[in-house]
Formats: sequence, C-alpha cells, structure tokens
Amino acid sequence: MHEVDMTRCLLLSLNQWKGQHRPKRPEVSLVHLQVGAFTCVEPEALRFTYGAAVQGGWLAGSELCIETIPLRARCLRCEAIYSPEPGNAYRSPCCDHPMEEIVSGRELRIRSIDYQLHDDALIPALSSSP
Amino acid sequence: MHMPLTDTLGLNLLAANQHQADHNRQHFDAWRLLCLNVMSSPGAGKTSLLERTITALAPRLSMAVLEGDMTTTLDAQRLEAVGVPVVPITTGRACHLDASMVSGGLKLLKQRLDPAALDLLWVENVGNLVCPAEFEVGEHLKVALLSVTEGEDKPLKYPVMFREADCVLITKIDLLPYLPVQVERFVDHVNQVNPRARVFLLSASSGEGLGAWHQWLLEQVAVQVQPLPALVIR
Repeated sequence: MHEVDMTRCLLLSLNQWKGQHRPKRPEVSLVHLQVGAFTCVEPEALRFTYGAAVQGGWLAGSELCIETIPLRARCLRCEAIYSPEPGNAYRSPCCDHPMEEIVSGRELRIRSIDYQLHDDALIPALSSSP
Repeated sequence: MHMPLTDTLGLNLLAANQHQADHNRQHFDAWRLLCLNVMSSPGAGKTSLLERTITALAPRLSMAVLEGDMTTTLDAQRLEAVGVPVVPITTGRACHLDASMVSGGLKLLKQRLDPAALDLLWVENVGNLVCPAEFEVGEHLKVALLSVTEGEDKPLKYPVMFREADCVLITKIDLLPYLPVQVERFVDHVNQVNPRARVFLLSASSGEGLGAWHQWLLEQVAVQVQPLPALVIR
C-alpha cells in the first residue's frame, strides 16, 4: 500500500509549509491535490490513509480534495490530442502511433491549501514541533 | 473570526522523496558511477539476471548491489556468492524502495568500500509492478523486467512501470516454445506505452540475448564514467 508512503511525503511537505507561518498557527481545512489518471495512486486509498495519519495531530479535521486529471496524449504524427484508454489501448486512434508524448495524466501535485491563521501563537519554549 | 486563506503550492506530492533522490544522484555523479534501478514483478528473474550479468561484466566493471527485499536476505546471499559487495535493505512492510532507504544502504556500503571506485551500482527493487514506478531512488536509468510467463498484456495493465523504464528486458525467452504467447506482442505492447524504451529479449538461463544487453550496459557506464568533453560553442 504505497499510499501510506505517499501520505508520509505529503505530511513532510505540509509540516514544512506550516513552519513558514510561525509564529502563527495555520488551521487547515482542505488540501487540494491533483492526481493524474496515469499514476499508481488510488485516490480513495490516499484519502483513507490521510484521514488515519492526521488523527490527533495539527492537521486533524482537515481533508483531501483530490482532482483527477485525465490521461491525454499527443499524436506525434498528426499533432492530434487524444485520450488513451488505460489498461487497453494507448495508440493514437488517428494514426495508430504509439503513446509518445503525454500531455496530462502524470500529475502528483499538491495544488493548494485552504486554511485560517490563528494568532494565538504557541509559547516559543513549548513549540518544539517543526 | 479569521479570514479563510488559500496558499497555492504546485508542489510535487512526492517532493520529500524526490529531494532525497536528487541528493543520492548528486553523490552518484560525484563518484562517477552509474546507478540502475531494476524493477519487475516477483519472480520475473531480477536476481538470476544479475547473477549472470555481474559474472559476465566483473572483469570489466567494478560493481556493487543494494538489494531490496521485504523480509529476507536470500537474494543478497545469492548475489554475494557471485563475488560482488551486496548491501541488503529489508523494507519490512513497504512494497518498494524509496530514496531514504537507498540513502541508508549507501551509508552501509561506504563502511565497506569507497564508492568512487565503483563503475556501476545496481539497486534491485522489491518485486512489484506498481509502487516502485513512482518512487525514484536517485537512479540514472530504470530497467524493467517482464518475463514471458507473465503474459503479453502486462505492459498494458501496468503501464506506468513500463512507461517510466529506460530499458525493458523481456526475460525467460528460452520458455517461449512451451507458452501460448507471441514474443512480438510483448514488444508491441511495451512500444505502445513507451516507444522510447530500449527493449532486449534474453534468457538468463540459456544466455541467449545477454550479449546485446551487456553491450548496452557498457555503453551506458562509459557515458557516465567518462563524461563527454564540454561542447565548444563557436
């Protein structure tokens, strides 16, 4: 279940982002992700592991909002953009050309974060979290 | 009441792993060695191929192996037996190697030898056609194996792995006479998802096709070990 490791990577990035706001405290409501259809990520599994991972921490209560980006390719023979059928057919329907250039579908991106900033900064001596 | 805010990041979801992978690659470049990430489903023949290839290339190249395995060190023992330094990395639950695991393996390797003396570092990933495709470890090239017993449809069903590969090895071709498959279809399916991959047909047990694969490896190592002279712009 590689979504667990992906969640770990995501949390590292979010912790770094949180550090940029010190001494204020961001309260995150939504983390917007873009996940391409041509990746090894199962959005449902990612949502599930995220929900489990943030329990009890500073991100508790936040959720993932995952936008799926469809797989699109460009036929290098006639320049047409087409939609390959994952698991079945990747050649261009126009020229029967192999899937050379992927236009979209490989995204694994943290797009944006919705949050509120709280001024009640943690007492410096106690704020050991990164 | 606080204002709702939005920060736009546009950051790679796997940025933390990518950062470590880039760091590993900087080391490989400084040591002037080529690092290959070898991936396939379990039982496609990664270890058997490495036994043959390492034995064949040992007179010409200095090599070491970082061996990913979920729980055992069996593969590491097999490769130690052909006379090459092997660092086992047991991943526990994880079904793939990530860049920090490889970084840990490098630390152990450095205790045994000077990596700058190596030409080629093999990273044998955990047998899995899904997860390893998304986790770079700092490799220069990805090599994916597909054995003919797995069926012709695998490049279509696990396309990300075969798309990401720089080189695809169709293995166990000595078994072709006994299987209801056509080798051309394996090649065509790889080509559909990744027309740029170098494809070799070979058998580690009969030795057929190994020569072309080894020649390609030597060429790739030569590029890395002796960087091209700087371009002169007139």
